[in-house]
Amino acid sequence: MNANQNAVKIKKASNDAGHFRIFATVMLGILAAIALIPLILIVIASFTDETALLRDGYSFLPAKFSLAAYIYMVQQGKIIFRAYGISLLVTCVGTVVSVLITAMIAYPMSRKNFRYRNVLAFFVFFTMLFNGGVVPSYMMWTQIFHIKNTIWALILPNYLCTAFNIFLVRNYYSNSIPDALIEAAQIDGAGELTIFFKIIMPLAVPTIATISLFTALTYWNDWVNALYYIQKPQYYGIQNLLIRIMNNIQFLKSGAASVAVGAGAITLPSNAVRMSMAVIGILPIVIIYPFVQKYFVKGVVVGAVKG
Amino acid sequence: MTKRKGKAKIKYAKSGPLLLIAAPGLIYLLINNYIPMFGIFIAFKSFSYKKGIFQSPWCGFKNFEFLFKTKDAFIMTRNTLLYNLAFIVLGTVLAIFIAVLLNTLGESIRTKFFQSSLLLPNLMSWVIIAYMVYAFLNSDSGFVDKTILKALGASPVAWYMEKKYWPFILIFVYLWKNAGYMSIIYLAAIAGIDKSVYESASLDGATKAQQVFRITLPMLKPTVVIMTLMAVGRIFFSDFGLFYQVPMDSGAIYETTQTIDTYVYRGLMKLNDVGMSSAAGLFQSILGFIIVITANAIVRHVDSDNALF
Repeated sequence: MNANQNAVKIKKASNDAGHFRIFATVMLGILAAIALIPLILIVIASFTDETALLRDGYSFLPAKFSLAAYIYMVQQGKIIFRAYGISLLVTCVGTVVSVLITAMIAYPMSRKNFRYRNVLAFFVFFTMLFNGGVVPSYMMWTQIFHIKNTIWALILPNYLCTAFNIFLVRNYYSNSIPDALIEAAQIDGAGELTIFFKIIMPLAVPTIATISLFTALTYWNDWVNALYYIQKPQYYGIQNLLIRIMNNIQFLKSGAASVAVGAGAITLPSNAVRMSMAVIGILPIVIIYPFVQKYFVKGVVVGAVKG
Repeated sequence: MTKRKGKAKIKYAKSGPLLLIAAPGLIYLLINNYIPMFGIFIAFKSFSYKKGIFQSPWCGFKNFEFLFKTKDAFIMTRNTLLYNLAFIVLGTVLAIFIAVLLNTLGESIRTKFFQSSLLLPNLMSWVIIAYMVYAFLNSDSGFVDKTILKALGASPVAWYMEKKYWPFILIFVYLWKNAGYMSIIYLAAIAGIDKSVYESASLDGATKAQQVFRITLPMLKPTVVIMTLMAVGRIFFSDFGLFYQVPMDSGAIYETTQTIDTYVYRGLMKLNDVGMSSAAGLFQSILGFIIVITANAIVRHVDSDNALF
């Protein structure tokens, strides 16, 4: 009797758990679809024939597929390749420099026997509490450092060294690198610089991977710096080129004009080209995403606990 | 952190080399973050590019007077606050919902696929997202007008001209981009809950739904409080990309899309009104400072481990 009751109970419970899992799967399926649908739409749109686009608009089931947008980009894409190159350059330089100086400033902050440890931590921390705002910072970069319309404008302002990343690394050093290791190295006669580059940095690879990822994403996705500091299109990265052609698709022709004269003027499949450029703009992210997701998630969790 | 107590015992390391290692970062923060803090005096000047920052004459609180006489000051502050409130409330609810569901499925390929999909929007730039929104909403070729509304027999809507739709659009886009990201934190918090609590609950016959409402949600309360207070600390700041890029800078809908950040940008770069722009920026910085200090004081009261300082 009792055993029977228990069996019923267990069966009920597993039924309930099963239903709940089905509910979770369905709901998450819907949410994941919503998350992916816009991406799918622009990918399909980029492969759609221009006349079909003009007639039916952007659609998930286009009347006719076409590679015209991508062919146009390859043939006429001097401006596009240049912007892509600028984005790559800025992302690489920005990330390497940023990660290096962030890992460096975080190190003394993690050393318990560093005299100015708390002063330094407060100095970094205060930048999270108060900022002078956009106008003073704009005035400084343009009037004192004259970075307007230079490649520096894409690298220097705002992102090179942030309190969030510094604390992320500092906490990693404090929690994962034993003091005894540093003491042992000192006894062996290693100086601080040697200790930092030969011992600390190699041990901090996981957290360095995390902040590299955050920083690279920031630089690749940034368009705000150029919005403020760049007026000359030759310094546009891919994001700002996208902004520009959203307003004026004809801008793409300006680079191709000299080539195309007479040669059966190539028509610009403007609606499809817009979307194909957006697609190549996200392409690097989508490609590296599966490999870096782990670090991303870890970084978010650690950063949220104490940022 | 042993402070005074351990002072006698600590044998300090030589400061020179350590300061040297910190120097590049220090100098950068000094330039990028601290110099502009002193630059807030621009808000009290009648600035002209010809005369430069230092030579422009002082004008006291004139810039603020002008700013608060305009309708813009009210609109942008209202929008910034209300949008942030909506983001905090709806974002938290949706993020917890996602986290609970992901947790239910446990470690599996399915879970990984769902989580990856939900996180992906967070990695995209606002420019790309604006393109996606454009693909749905523009009136020449947008999916909504050309396919959905057409199929329903409804007349097309000029989305970028109709301000009444934008609160919904912007909140939707915000949640679309951020809910998956926010759920990571709650998922980690759920993973930290003692499993034996659930086991004994299910032995007592609690259904999964009951377990969620009676165990998971109450256990998440501290995390929710902390995350909310941190978000409240940023309540005067808005995501510039969301409010500038997604509405395509369309003037017809400023009333529901203007926030302090977009106003500062437009004042400085489009209207060349440095005075108003810097006044709005300082207004934001000061209110932001006050509220982050307040929020932190509350966090410290609730849970001192999570206080920022």
